[in-house]
Amino acid sequence: MERQAVQRAKEAFLSGRTRPVEFRLQQLHALQKMITEKETEISTALKQDINRSQYDTPLLELIGIENEIKLAIEKLADWAAPRHVERNLLTISDEVYIQPEPLGVVLIIGAWNYPWALTLLPLVGAIAAGNAAVVKPSELSEYSSLLLRALLPRYLDKDLYPVVTGGASETQELLRIRFDHVFYTGSSSVGKVVMEAAARHLTPVTLELGGKSPCYIDKDCDIRVACRRITWGKFVNCGQTCIAPDYILCEPCIQGRVVECIRHTLLEFYGADPKCSPDYGRIINQRHFNRIMSLMEGYTPVVGGQSDSSQRYIAPTVLKDVPPHSRLMQEEIFGPLLPIVAVSDMDDAINFINEREKPLALYIFCSDKKAIKRFIEETTSGGVTVNDVMMHYTLSSLPFGGVGQSGMGRYHGKHTFDQLSHQRACLVRSLGMESVNLSRYPPQDRRRARRARMALKSSLIDMSKRTLIWAIVATIIGCGLFIALLVILLIAAGLNCTCWYWRGFYNYW
Amino acid sequence: MSREQLAVQRARKSFHTGKTKPLEHRIHQLRSLLRFVHERQKEIADAVKKDLGKSEYATELFETIGLEGEINLALENLAEWAAPRPVEKNLLTILDEVYIQPEPLGVVLIIGAWNYPWAVTLQPLIGAIAAGNAAVIKPSEISSHSAKLMEELLPQYLDKDLYPVVTGGVSETQELLKQRFDHIFYTGNSTVGKLVMEAAARHLTPVTLELGGKSPCYIDKDCDITVACRRITWGKFVNVGQTCIAPDYILCEASIQSRVVEEIKKCIKEFYTDNPKTFEDYGRMVNQRHLKRVVALMEGSTIAVGGEVDESQCYIAPTVLKDVTGESKLMQEEIFGPLLPIITVSGVDEAIEFINDREKPLVIYVFADNNKLIKRVIAETSSGALLANDCLVHFTVSALPFGGVGNSGMGCYHGRHSFDRLSHLRSCLIKQLKMEGVNSMRYPPHTAKKMSWARFFLLKQFNVSRMRHLALLAMLAGLAAFVVQRFLR
Repeated sequence: MERQAVQRAKEAFLSGRTRPVEFRLQQLHALQKMITEKETEISTALKQDINRSQYDTPLLELIGIENEIKLAIEKLADWAAPRHVERNLLTISDEVYIQPEPLGVVLIIGAWNYPWALTLLPLVGAIAAGNAAVVKPSELSEYSSLLLRALLPRYLDKDLYPVVTGGASETQELLRIRFDHVFYTGSSSVGKVVMEAAARHLTPVTLELGGKSPCYIDKDCDIRVACRRITWGKFVNCGQTCIAPDYILCEPCIQGRVVECIRHTLLEFYGADPKCSPDYGRIINQRHFNRIMSLMEGYTPVVGGQSDSSQRYIAPTVLKDVPPHSRLMQEEIFGPLLPIVAVSDMDDAINFINEREKPLALYIFCSDKKAIKRFIEETTSGGVTVNDVMMHYTLSSLPFGGVGQSGMGRYHGKHTFDQLSHQRACLVRSLGMESVNLSRYPPQDRRRARRARMALKSSLIDMSKRTLIWAIVATIIGCGLFIALLVILLIAAGLNCTCWYWRGFYNYW
Repeated sequence: MSREQLAVQRARKSFHTGKTKPLEHRIHQLRSLLRFVHERQKEIADAVKKDLGKSEYATELFETIGLEGEINLALENLAEWAAPRPVEKNLLTILDEVYIQPEPLGVVLIIGAWNYPWAVTLQPLIGAIAAGNAAVIKPSEISSHSAKLMEELLPQYLDKDLYPVVTGGVSETQELLKQRFDHIFYTGNSTVGKLVMEAAARHLTPVTLELGGKSPCYIDKDCDITVACRRITWGKFVNVGQTCIAPDYILCEASIQSRVVEEIKKCIKEFYTDNPKTFEDYGRMVNQRHLKRVVALMEGSTIAVGGEVDESQCYIAPTVLKDVTGESKLMQEEIFGPLLPIITVSGVDEAIEFINDREKPLVIYVFADNNKLIKRVIAETSSGALLANDCLVHFTVSALPFGGVGNSGMGCYHGRHSFDRLSHLRSCLIKQLKMEGVNSMRYPPHTAKKMSWARFFLLKQFNVSRMRHLALLAMLAGLAAFVVQRFLR
């Protein structure tokens, strides 16, 4: 069944109907309609999947998707147009540009924690780039994936963008088929399997994986505000966010204050009993619930710690003085447990982070600009947000992606379009001016070699329209100023000069 | 511990000391590499002559000039490439620092090829050094003299620990591929490309694969066939056809086939004399295995020009075959030799269909005077690159990304693209701990009122740059009004 869907998508792509920009815009408009019209249904599905509050759905998923669609619609003509590049002396009279082209059929494997955003954001880029796309939502977010399967064909082209639901075996079947790009969001272990499968067909991949995103709090910053922002980022979606601050690093002297501020903020956000708060989520399924509970084994939390297996509820929990070798620090938590690891100072924190795998995000809370710059320079991660959490995700001009174990490739905004396009180099010469080429043909001798050398060694000249216009405008303004200066000097030197000129003229005649 | 493991470990340790971070270090290494190319020109040319029978001029033209150009470009632009790149902000981040910071990846593995042993191995190295990485260089063992020379000389110019050269054959390469790298840059064929990517998948290592394929060359009947054939002949027989972007086969209409054959025959004579075997500027096949492979491809097809073979010298004459069909042996694999098949098609439609029935090639060549036809081929086909009315030269424009698509590869390089490919472009958002009030709309407990504020701020209705332009315009208008009022009463 999967093979049929992919085959249909391939044939639909080869018919060429995704090529015109108008078609892609029409599909994007339809997708936008779906998001605005079906918001209630989407919210209901998310509540059933993961107990997402009705306000968190637009805030965390739908507004982001709408913005991406709007950006794509606004800029598509721009993105899909040929991009002229700098030429060298040899190609100065030729057309030299990069033409973005669709890749073909893209496989999008979504995740369950933000089932709409993580599946539809890549889809927006795939549509914009002119590809067909097979969408495989995660089976763990069951209601959302069934809803997506019901809704998408009603708004988008059924053949070009099929939704294939199913579990591990359906995904494996899909991965055996040849695609032109595979876009996977999920864990590193499955990421390896996806890349290995893609390697068999030489298919490029984008892997948005995870990791343990550290969060360093400097002792000389505004701890109250820092903890407020960290608390929000950590416990939103019950900690099941790929860029959630996984653990805190801070000096022992402020550890107590940090715990107090977080406790205070939790009270403000979710009340005395978060189980009753409509804004606090649940763990996606029993397996993950058990996994997270076992991470806590042997440690006494200073905040929270309560749980209710029947509801898959785990209270917002903070643990302090967590040793680096504990189980909590061995895998990505992906749950509402916030360990605090004590470090002696900023250098110790930097070493701690560098000893581990490169994370998807890095958070630094500090008021000292120099210290911030040093921290960024001496570490690496997919992205960095300083003095807040997760916000680099919301700016579509910033490429969102990981490095090392946290992933490869990036997306959001124009980056999705570029990632899912082929940037084809085009050089259009003419059959004239053959004499220029003589120096490259055999038989070679010293003279020809020298001429060839000179031609090839010339530097790049930027003939793009913008530079040309600026050059012309600058020349005109420069000449204008020069003439104005001359006139002023002449007038200042006394009108005699001009009179002399005219007198001479009259005398001549 | 094996030799390969040691080399990688030393490179990683050296990278972790942080010495590649400062731009001065990278510039110093690049300058040393430039010195190497200048000072050792003769030794390099000798090694290439022993490997491929290439003349000294050809080595200069096709290998070292390109390298020099790339190094100079990197030296000139490094500060700009490595600097933070500010990006467009939105209303929520208007007071923040938002930029992309290019960073080194770590240790890069560069696996070179044998057809241009210096260009194809050292060009990625330039990008790796410029981006601040360490690099393990594995030149191809098939071009053994060049590999040996590289192993001997490169450590005399570059940092021994950061940029080790590891020579060897298949087993050494497999041993290397078991190690963990931060990027693998492979140039070669698709079969091995799959193995490289599979090995990389085990460590989640990103890859750049510069592979090959059959690059078609379409000649339109209404173009200047003399000039077209000249350029094609040059492009095809340079390095005896052992170029990844050589025009693999010709597609043209039956009416011009004999003319094309005549013109190519004339050009071969002009370039390589009546006896290319004795001519200095005509090279040799790299080894017996490839010679036998290429000779076997000729089976079943009609030779129109050339066809002579001398196994003892690894020599195959420049050969043109006509009336070849899609099923012939010649059309089953990338030729990578001096055999130029001509396939007749009824017109550009059939040519496009023929090309699209096959794997996406590394480059498509179109020879036509008609601009509309060229644009049509661009729109209806796909390939790594497209070059109209010439061969190979798109390789020299470093502003163009050089790479394949589909079976011809993934990723691209040259110029700034090498730097970006071998860097991690890290998103940085630097906010302040003030203005916490703005954030209250995102915090629970959620209310309908907070939600409406959130929608107002987050839904992209404000185009920040347009607002700035409007503000500037308003200010100028106000100033103008003031001036008019005050001075021009």
